Amino acid sequence: MGANPQLNAQGELQHLLTIEGLPRSLLIHILDTAEGFVAVNQQEVRKVPLLRGKAIFNLFFEPSTRTRTTFEIAAKRLSADVINLNISASSQSKGETLLDTVDNLAAMQADMFVVRHAQSGAAHMIARHVAPHIHVVNAGDGRHAHPTQGLLDMFTIRKYKGEFHNLRVAIVGDVLHSRVARSQIHALTTLGVPEVRVIAPKTLLPGDMRQMGVQVYHDLAAGLHDVDVVIILRLQNERMRGARLPSSQEYFKYYGLTAEKLAHAKADAIVMHPGPMNRGVEIDSAVADGKQSVILPQVTFGIAVRMAVMSILAGNQG
Amino acid sequence: MKIQIKQGRIIDPQSGFDQVGDLCIAAGKVLAIGETPESFHPNKVIDAKGLVVCPGLVDLAVRLREPGNEYRATLESELLAACAGGITSLSCPPDTEPPLDETGLVEMLKFRAKNLNLAKVYPIGALTQKLAGERLTEMAELRDAGCVGFSQADAAITDTHVLMRALEYAATFDMTVWLRPQDACLARGGVAHDGVVAARLGLPAIPPTAETIAVMTALLLVRDTGARVHLCRLSSAAAIDMVRQAKAQGLPVSCDVSTQHLHLSEMDIGYFDPNCHLIPPLRSLRDRDAIRLALAEGVIDALCSDHTPVDDDTKQLPFGETEPGAAGVELLLPLNLKWAEEQALTLVEALAPITCGPARVLGLDVGRIALGLAADICVFDPDAWWRIESGALKSLGKNSPFMGYEVRGKVRYTLVDGQLVFEQSEVSTPAYNTHKS
Repeated sequence: MGANPQLNAQGELQHLLTIEGLPRSLLIHILDTAEGFVAVNQQEVRKVPLLRGKAIFNLFFEPSTRTRTTFEIAAKRLSADVINLNISASSQSKGETLLDTVDNLAAMQADMFVVRHAQSGAAHMIARHVAPHIHVVNAGDGRHAHPTQGLLDMFTIRKYKGEFHNLRVAIVGDVLHSRVARSQIHALTTLGVPEVRVIAPKTLLPGDMRQMGVQVYHDLAAGLHDVDVVIILRLQNERMRGARLPSSQEYFKYYGLTAEKLAHAKADAIVMHPGPMNRGVEIDSAVADGKQSVILPQVTFGIAVRMAVMSILAGNQG
Repeated sequence: MKIQIKQGRIIDPQSGFDQVGDLCIAAGKVLAIGETPESFHPNKVIDAKGLVVCPGLVDLAVRLREPGNEYRATLESELLAACAGGITSLSCPPDTEPPLDETGLVEMLKFRAKNLNLAKVYPIGALTQKLAGERLTEMAELRDAGCVGFSQADAAITDTHVLMRALEYAATFDMTVWLRPQDACLARGGVAHDGVVAARLGLPAIPPTAETIAVMTALLLVRDTGARVHLCRLSSAAAIDMVRQAKAQGLPVSCDVSTQHLHLSEMDIGYFDPNCHLIPPLRSLRDRDAIRLALAEGVIDALCSDHTPVDDDTKQLPFGETEPGAAGVELLLPLNLKWAEEQALTLVEALAPITCGPARVLGLDVGRIALGLAADICVFDPDAWWRIESGALKSLGKNSPFMGYEVRGKVRYTLVDGQLVFEQSEVSTPAYNTHKS
């Protein structure tokens, strides 16, 4: 289990499971490749034949609209055959194990699995199990990782800020339960962002974040002071049912991003959110729809980044 | 049957005896230590030159998977594996299906184990009915049926009132209560130590306070009730410090750790290795180092394998959904020797936590070599290197986080009541040249 399970013997990307452990040069290569696909997406015929004849299975064990749709669009623009499977509604309820499901789909000549699952580590387990010619893309596993989201966020930051080495980035909200935050943190630190902050009440932070290379703030205004990028995380309503937070009202008052709070950041700071947003809980509509918001461009760039990831993977053989 | 074990290095950790000589066995008991009497004519001679002859090992936690989980392992498979690991006495936790909460179940287990003529089985009875943490079991009856202690295995007693009554009742009959200290609420849903790895991998976490709060509760109740308590599978430096202080104050407490927690830390989870999904969770390197030191100091009384055979199907799931546990009954000795070598201990010191230490916890006259005592003996080659891999293990449980490790110390002969129950005559050669890097 020692070797990085994402890389093949040549050090090339075999699976994309997490940003952690990937070299900076590889992240840059993905971002640069995505840059080329942005142009494709603006053509009249938005299609290239890179993955013609390849079968890509979207294996979603957890509901998703945005991520599944952008993966599907990305695969189709690469000319791949895309099969969408909403597993929670079919075989899992009949008692089939996760690996049986995977084996059956592999027997249908799958070339790539795009996997979303509620358990941390699910994509790693599938990647360990499949034959070497099959690639696995993690589209979100539990609280662990959502690497394509992390990459599209980096793509967005580079688009608006140009460089990484002079930035201060703040991630606000439910870091504890967020696979997006973990992927962002690994991507930001790998790409050389000198200061990554997380801002949240103690109940929404893991016990030990020091080794992830972030600074922890509990006060929103202090944490936003002078930052270039503000990333707001989604707060799920179920957090209010346990003992983590008393109410969404109190959360919005102390951690919701309003224009007033945003004023603590740099004047040209951008505001990002991985979606879907809870307006009036973690972000005020005035900010979400304001001129500093790049939330919709994030979605657009997501297609190019996912095209880049899938085309790079398909070009590498295990 | 008379057996002469010739010219081995005889070590008895209890007395500190460490000399090369002969061990003579007759009628299942030790007849002579050191010199062979002239009148002794053995039926069988075991050449132990270059080998260590020590008491058969004592393992405080071996899940035999009977009754109820025979598809994972059977009494016979796991007792054979135990003998191959040099273990001659073992206790098994009550978390079978159904749990060991009735005399009939205990009697059946004892009977079946006895008929196999392998390692001796000392069941730990359930402390509460169905391990539900509500109503006490018939502890006195269960003791008469063969239980040597009572525990909840990994099930919690959330009602502290029930726990206090259970300790009082056990103390009435002078029986030891084994507790695996963990606050059920703080541990709820957790699958890994609340540290850097859980933060990084996004795994639901169990803080060390889940253990220390439960240890504190147990120690306060020991003080009040006078019950004798054995704390199982400690995992944190803080809990071990509490036991150290309690012992210094003269409280009747003892404790053990597993071989996994002696050698591994949260870091070994790596990329979600399901074989590192354990109860309690592997903790930080600092905790592991505290365990290694406390075992050498004797604050920790015993090292156990916490042998838990789990089938592939229940390990091939996302980390958090896998069944926790590691098989390791055959790894107790080499992992003990590895620790001892790294701590620069003598063999006499090294073997105490797997012989006389656990024997004291059980309150049984096992785990030592003495004239007239049952000849439960382990003969091992301290210099034989071998590679841990599934083909090298007799247990049906192949779920070990130590797969691929090169370890030193191979059991050559195991005797129970003077009967040879395991023998490996051919010397295995080191696998250095064959294994992949």
